[in-house]
Amino acid sequence: MFLTNYIKEVYGAVKSLLKGMRMTGYYFTHHKEIITEQYPDNRDTLKLAERFRGEVVLIHDEKNEHACTGCSACEIACPNGTIKIINKFDILPDGKRKKAIDTFVYHLELCTMCNLCIEACPTDAIKMAQTFEHSVFDRSKLTKKLNNEGSKLREGVE
Amino acid sequence: MFSLEGATGLIHQWLYSHFNPTMALLTEFALVGLSAITLFALLGLSLVWMERKVAAVMQIRLGPNRVGPKGIFQTTADTLKLILKEGLVPDGADKLIFNLAPFVVMIVAMLILAPIAFAKKFQIWDINIGVLYLSAISSLSVIGIFMAGWASNNKYSLLGAMRSGAQIVSYELSAGLSVLSIVVMTGSLSINDIIVSQQNGWWIFKAHIPALISFVIFIIAVTAETNRAPFDMAEAESELTAGFHTEYSGMRFALFFLAEYINIFIVCAIGATLFFGGWMPFHIGHWQSFNHIMDYIPSSLWFFGKTIGLIFLIMWFRWTFPRLRIDQLLNLEWKYLLPISMFNLLLMTIVAIMGWHF
Repeated sequence: MFLTNYIKEVYGAVKSLLKGMRMTGYYFTHHKEIITEQYPDNRDTLKLAERFRGEVVLIHDEKNEHACTGCSACEIACPNGTIKIINKFDILPDGKRKKAIDTFVYHLELCTMCNLCIEACPTDAIKMAQTFEHSVFDRSKLTKKLNNEGSKLREGVE
Repeated sequence: MFSLEGATGLIHQWLYSHFNPTMALLTEFALVGLSAITLFALLGLSLVWMERKVAAVMQIRLGPNRVGPKGIFQTTADTLKLILKEGLVPDGADKLIFNLAPFVVMIVAMLILAPIAFAKKFQIWDINIGVLYLSAISSLSVIGIFMAGWASNNKYSLLGAMRSGAQIVSYELSAGLSVLSIVVMTGSLSINDIIVSQQNGWWIFKAHIPALISFVIFIIAVTAETNRAPFDMAEAESELTAGFHTEYSGMRFALFFLAEYINIFIVCAIGATLFFGGWMPFHIGHWQSFNHIMDYIPSSLWFFGKTIGLIFLIMWFRWTFPRLRIDQLLNLEWKYLLPISMFNLLLMTIVAIMGWHF
């Protein structure tokens, strides 16, 4: 009984090792699909993965409108205080006060690209951009204001 | 037709006709040493490049591709960098042994080169106990590794060296037994006799199943002996930073690095000699015309082709198999390889006595 198990073990080991070698051997002989990106050379044709996370951006449409209601869900969701939302209150014609964002502050230098803010956003106002060339000479340039000048909340987004 | 035998014969005659015998002999020594060093340098450069390319292609990458066409000058550039680098000796190190260790490793690698036949009648030293000499010298390289690990005065280095010792002690056994099975078939310890006995077919074909088993055991054991992944316990980048050569830098490190690749070449050359007939061309039994065509390929090409094939096999192992833990490594040797190779030796002896081989 012991001997059968022993031989079985050796057989199984050899078989699985050969299976592995077949896999790498296949890659060695089929030299077509290369995953290496020769980055600075192919900068114009560079294709990034769909879910690549470069930095957080606030989506603006062509009328310079965004979907951020200033609810601060992203600010609460952020684990390391990357986002700071400063709100203002617009006075509507009927005298009611309506909350709107004044500044969407984003500290790129603190961001870990964890994607939690994007998941927390109830109106899908922010997303992860594909840009990744973030190096600058001054740290203060990494603190960004995400909402464009004069932009306002899109109609119908609550 | 070009043959290395003719070249050495010419040099030998010229030297003996122009100088007195002592001077001629000394010049020959110097020439042999010089060509061995040249071979080492060339092997180091080309094998490191080959390893990196093979690794890259197996992992669907490109590998070195910037320095020269297909990156062939990458290793030259690396070597230049290592030469220019400062060779630091730690304060707590045992200076003499620390400096000596890389040279011991290299000298051992050079000594093993002596009985290997590179081509027909092209051998540094044809001794009648070639195989015994090989197995005796090849286990000496662990002394260099031990010296390096001990003299570094570093816990990681010492652990790496100790592991290397355990590894060599255990794997030397099954390597020796698998070599012995070929000696049983040939009935001679001389490298030359072993090659000549494969005139009508290589041992791996002639002695069929037992030879195949002993070849597999041999290739596993020598992978372990040269401290290569999946048996890189002595280096263990991920656990011991670099094991015995953690404290080495510059040219001393380069010597260790070179010795690793030289050792791979040497063990593959031994494997090619024992199982694939060394420089012997591929012959099939009594097919005279086929054998004659094969004879036209120079014997040195046969030898290097077979050796590089085996080196590729070992590289293939490295980039496929997961690493073993130290206890798994020793289990593999003592519980599997050693019993199997002992049984296989018995089988081989029966095959040899009954004449069941071709």
